[in-house]
Amino acid sequence: MNPKSSLTVQILWSILSRVKAMNTAIDEALLVESLRAGDETAFTSLVEKYHLSLVRLARLYIRDGAIAEELAQETWMAVLRGLSNFEGRSSLKTWVFTILTNKAKTRGQREKRSLAFSDFENSTSDSLAVAPERFNDPAAEKWPNHWAAGAAPVSWAGIPEEIFLSGETMELISQTINGLPEAQRAVITLHDIDEISSQEICNILDISETNQRVLLHRARARVRQALENYLKQEH
Amino acid sequence: MDDDMACKELVELVTDYLEETLPDDMLVRFERHISGCNDCTNYLEQMRQTIHVTGQLKVESLAPQQRDDLLKLFRNWKQS
Repeated sequence: MNPKSSLTVQILWSILSRVKAMNTAIDEALLVESLRAGDETAFTSLVEKYHLSLVRLARLYIRDGAIAEELAQETWMAVLRGLSNFEGRSSLKTWVFTILTNKAKTRGQREKRSLAFSDFENSTSDSLAVAPERFNDPAAEKWPNHWAAGAAPVSWAGIPEEIFLSGETMELISQTINGLPEAQRAVITLHDIDEISSQEICNILDISETNQRVLLHRARARVRQALENYLKQEH
Repeated sequence: MDDDMACKELVELVTDYLEETLPDDMLVRFERHISGCNDCTNYLEQMRQTIHVTGQLKVESLAPQQRDDLLKLFRNWKQS
């Protein structure tokens, strides 16, 4: 299933993604036209899609939910005012999110609060995806560094989707993410919830692609661990 | 074989694998390990499921108040 494995597949992929990108560009141009014409439905669909993401992004810089909401509203105001000058050089989504980020950074600085990326200095045990005691000793004669007997992850294939999507599970994931170190919380929120590309995340948070992936991996690993603990006790 | 990947190493590479950023030689070692290791296959599937479920957090809709505020903002802009 690796797209690198065949040239034909690779070519098909690139054609498909280009067609997809073209369609998105056309859809966006139409949307921008409708907005300029004052089409309320177009605006509603846009805010339905992005407003909550904007508020989430703002909250990475500002604790106060009411201020985050205000910043997201100010962003929409700036978007509407800027529409006549929007040339579509970046995607509409990127443009909107960049406006919010700039506002949030300024506001966050005023509140003497900025994203702390200090968790790169965390202890190593804290930064591992899986607790080291779940693996055989590196010096073990048989299967060093492999899953220890009884400590390996079990398949979730038999667990019904409803369990995963239940309010309780969603709440658990939400709480786990809220409890993550800030930089991890920021990256997993932007990447896995708001579906912002890695490259855009690097721009927004001003970090390298490698750091971005490390943070994303740690964050996902913590959420997976929380799910594993929860499912083990429930089922 | 000294280039065999251990489970402990594999679990740290899952995000790079899913984001398709593993260098070719690592990708070969990763896939070779996973094809023969049920436990790591489970781990990879769990990570996929974790990402899928996390993504469902966005399926929230606007509160009526938020909607009203935004519509008001739009109508004001339109009039100006």
